[in-house]
Amino acid sequence: MHALDELKAKYLTAVNEAASEAALEEIRLAALGKKGEISLKMRELGQMSPEERQTVGKALNVLKDEIDAALRAKKVALADAALDARLAQEWLDVTLPGRPRRQGTIHPVSQVMDEVTAIFADMGFAVAEGPQVESDWYNFDALNIAPEHPARQEHDTFFMARDAADPRPPHVLRTHTSPVQIRAMQAQGAPIRVIAPGRVYRMDMDQTHTPMFHQVEGMAIGRDISMANLKWVLEEFCKAFFEVDNVELRFRASHFPFTEPSAEVDIRCSWEGGQLKIGEGNDWMEILGSGMMHPKVLEAGGIDPNEWQGFAFGMGIDRLAMLKYGIPDLRAFFESDLRWLKHYGFAPLDLPTVFGGLSK
Amino acid sequence: MKFTLSWLKDHLDTEASLDEFLYALTDLGLEVEEVIDPGAKLAPFTLAKVLHAEKHPDADKLRVCNVLTDEGEKTIVCGAPNARAGITVVLCKPGDYVPGIDVTLGVGKIRGVESHGMMASERELELSDEHNGIIELPSGEVGERFVDWLAENRPEAVDPVIDIAITPNRPDALGVRGVARDLAARGLGKLKPLEVEPVPGGFDSPISVTIDPALKDKGCPLFAGRVIRGVKNGPSPEWLQKRLEAIGLRPISALVDITNYFTYDLNRPLHVFDAAKVAGGALRIEPAKGGEEFLALDGKTYTIREGQMVICDDTGVESLAGIMGGEISGATDETVDVFLESAYWDPITIAATGRALKINSDARYRFERGVDPEFTLPGLELATQMVLDLCGGEASNVVMDGAVPDTARAYRLDPARVISLVGMDIPEATQRATLEALGFTLTGDMAAPPSWRPDVLGEADLVEEVARIASLTKLQGKPMARETVGVPKAVLTPMQVREKTARRTIAALGYNECVTYSFIDAKSAALFGGGSEPTRVDNPISSEMTHLRPDLLAGLLQAAARNQARGFADLALFEVGPAFSGGEPGDQHIQAAGLLVGSAGPRDPWGSRRPVDVYDAKADAEAVLAALGAPARAQVGRDVAGWWHPGRSGRIALGPNALAVFGEVHPKVLREMGVKGPAVAFTIWVENLPFPKKKGATRPALQISDLQAVERDFAFVMDAQVEALKAVNAALGADKALIDSVSVFDQFSGAKAEEQMGAGKKSIALTVRLQPRDKTLTDAEIEAVSAKIIDKVTKATGGSLRG
Repeated sequence: MHALDELKAKYLTAVNEAASEAALEEIRLAALGKKGEISLKMRELGQMSPEERQTVGKALNVLKDEIDAALRAKKVALADAALDARLAQEWLDVTLPGRPRRQGTIHPVSQVMDEVTAIFADMGFAVAEGPQVESDWYNFDALNIAPEHPARQEHDTFFMARDAADPRPPHVLRTHTSPVQIRAMQAQGAPIRVIAPGRVYRMDMDQTHTPMFHQVEGMAIGRDISMANLKWVLEEFCKAFFEVDNVELRFRASHFPFTEPSAEVDIRCSWEGGQLKIGEGNDWMEILGSGMMHPKVLEAGGIDPNEWQGFAFGMGIDRLAMLKYGIPDLRAFFESDLRWLKHYGFAPLDLPTVFGGLSK
Repeated sequence: MKFTLSWLKDHLDTEASLDEFLYALTDLGLEVEEVIDPGAKLAPFTLAKVLHAEKHPDADKLRVCNVLTDEGEKTIVCGAPNARAGITVVLCKPGDYVPGIDVTLGVGKIRGVESHGMMASERELELSDEHNGIIELPSGEVGERFVDWLAENRPEAVDPVIDIAITPNRPDALGVRGVARDLAARGLGKLKPLEVEPVPGGFDSPISVTIDPALKDKGCPLFAGRVIRGVKNGPSPEWLQKRLEAIGLRPISALVDITNYFTYDLNRPLHVFDAAKVAGGALRIEPAKGGEEFLALDGKTYTIREGQMVICDDTGVESLAGIMGGEISGATDETVDVFLESAYWDPITIAATGRALKINSDARYRFERGVDPEFTLPGLELATQMVLDLCGGEASNVVMDGAVPDTARAYRLDPARVISLVGMDIPEATQRATLEALGFTLTGDMAAPPSWRPDVLGEADLVEEVARIASLTKLQGKPMARETVGVPKAVLTPMQVREKTARRTIAALGYNECVTYSFIDAKSAALFGGGSEPTRVDNPISSEMTHLRPDLLAGLLQAAARNQARGFADLALFEVGPAFSGGEPGDQHIQAAGLLVGSAGPRDPWGSRRPVDVYDAKADAEAVLAALGAPARAQVGRDVAGWWHPGRSGRIALGPNALAVFGEVHPKVLREMGVKGPAVAFTIWVENLPFPKKKGATRPALQISDLQAVERDFAFVMDAQVEALKAVNAALGADKALIDSVSVFDQFSGAKAEEQMGAGKKSIALTVRLQPRDKTLTDAEIEAVSAKIIDKVTKATGGSLRG
């Protein structure tokens, strides 16, 4: 058995010292190949006595497995070493920039429209739309604003050119989203709950006014919808939109031709340190106009005011965006300054939802 | 509308504080815009007494005074000649801000003597221009607040001025009395009665009045007046001047001030003519013939148009009825006989004339909102009395034409409906009491509005009055359940969803969303096929905003030019919004437009920087179309509008229905709009995409084959202007069952290609993927398909297989 120990020592040493896969192969052939030393010894077994054969055979098989295992292990070790050596060469400067990818943004007006839509959708309001060039009937008369009424002059209306041969009064660029109330009522009848976001136009341009801005109109008509319901809906909206637990709204009597009673709505806030906080503090900020729909407006929409009643409100989307996100200047909304778009814009996949939250 | 607190109290018997008034006014819908409290700036000053005064050792004109104050005796150096022992003065202490000299006092040393404050003159406290000496008070105790002393002894000096915004429906609140009536209805005091004693005439008016029959129904229902002879005009009394000054009016003369006072006090505009200057002894209210020149009281000459309502005498127009009187016949200090006019003018007529002539006056403002017609004659009587009181003279009998128009009407008060609409439990008795306090007459369940409330035109107005007086601030929100229980349905229409998808897809492709104006200048509009007369805004706010935009690209290119001017060369901008094809309400469609300018990426180590090109725009357009569910096999044509590069743009369409255009913007357009190229863009007509016909969410079953697909490549030589899509479609048609897809994987064109393949030639390489369905393809079968492909493609393109 001494001879086998020697063999073992010899081959394991050789395996251990082998520097390449080729050298390993040579060792394998020398030991375990057809004419290898161990194979030859296996052949000699036939000439042995059964007892001897059993002991030596077993020992040879053990030796064979041992050498085979050593060969395999060494082979893996050699491959690992080679890979390590290669990887050591494969160094790259990972501080260099990645391949460029443009980062798109969503405009705050679009984002806030989506936020408003998400909130009101959850309260059962659909989204209605209407044309931006409107007949004066939809923009004024149907909303109980008579042609000579001073309120009509206060709208700073843009008029479209009218061919002298065309006897109709000139069309207007809608001065508010309220004409959509009429169109929605005509299309759908009562009961109805809709909001109508969109562009509106007034002839006004200064520090805080632009000739185009965005409003969202809201309207709910039912059998017994009241101004108290209106207040609740607006409270819920403000809580959800400004993402605060509590808001306090103050209804203040006012006048709009298309609602009666009418109220301007203020929200309790604080401007401490120039930072707006909704729901606390001692200031009141006007955020929207609202009221119960005037019977004449319901009639213009084809709805019987003796059967149905409802509320309507309108608020500025750009202003909501400015308040919520601290955007200082309305005019910049429409200037498309890349720096502004990137700074105040939103990530494309940040779709506001009620389940996932409105803003990050 | 401005008034002072003491003026309000002329009409209101009240104990309420200023703060209570301010809160109630805003809550009632008479929004407080500003309060000027003259007492506020005087708050720190107290009364003091000069105990002892002697000449300053180093100055002849200064005195060193020993003054008793609420903080003990103080030394004050004073330059006033009247500073002497025994007088009661107004003390400003170190640390106080003195408004008239705009200084915050400190302890000063004047010629070596320390002075602990100052004794103020009227001018230094902005009470008057008086500055000959310090204030000497005839009464008052040391330490008493000066404002308290003023409130007791000179209340007008600390009378707060309140400015409120009046909504167009409330002409009655354009008079102080109307404001008082609202406050009384709210419970902040009692409205004092207004006694009207007719002034008996002593003679017949030498001036007669007639209303043209054409104007009696609409225009001037009632015109009344009388002559007051022997008046002495001149400055009005101080209390009247102070009142007018407090609300920003300039006192002129007693007669004019009286008319202004009635305008603001009782919302009863009046006019005074100098009777001596009324030619022919008659005033006629008539429609103008047109072309008359009229010198108005504002010093401007107006050319009157035909039909506008005027008051004439024998020499012509003397007054723009209800809007502004004339300079010639106006009252002056020399006026001896005056004709006092009180008329009721039709609001619409006044509004139309005022607007046409662009005259804004207090009279127009009130008449066009509607003054109280029934108060025309009582107002005349009260004003007559005031003229007699202030200017003396003798009044004639009243002359008048027309009659008080009948405004009587009544609406049903339904207390239950009021509660239902407002959502507030207001007892019926309270509702009725509210309306009565506002002047309504209740008979059974019918409420007749008072003559001063032309805005009340229906039951809903009664609701508003009740709710407003009850206070909407007290309204408590009540939950409003959704109309259906359970999980709400989607509320957006498929088109609304599509618009949102387009927006977020384009942003995800790396574009920054812009919101640009819907109007644009005429020249830019014309470049994009717009600028037609129907799309012109008749009264644009600037020459840059004269037309509705025909296409979104115009605004995006302007935005690009502005950004380039700021040093940003690489831009990816987009907008989703309306474009306008005409000037009718329906002539509006939604576009989604993207614009790439400059390079596709920054300079970087990977050579990413390359100019943007048509294929960038095409890829993005196709990505958006895919996101919107457009069918994959739309046709690409070259029929594009003139603002695209004719050779480098394409139109993606389904039959005649254009879905999108992509390409380079025409270089001429870029030049006109001041944009440095390259610039490529796409426009998608979001509404033109067909909606899928099938309903339901189920997808067709997935068909996959276990058999290995085979790919074969082919290269064809063809004329350079043959479109690759022709080759692709031909290859696809070779065996529709077997060919799964065909794509172009290489194009070899240009000078080198022509050198190899001949002038005007290029090579297009296709890879065709064959997907066997039921058995593995044999070599022979593959060869057969390949031959068919080659045959089809060469026939379709006129080319040949590249050797």
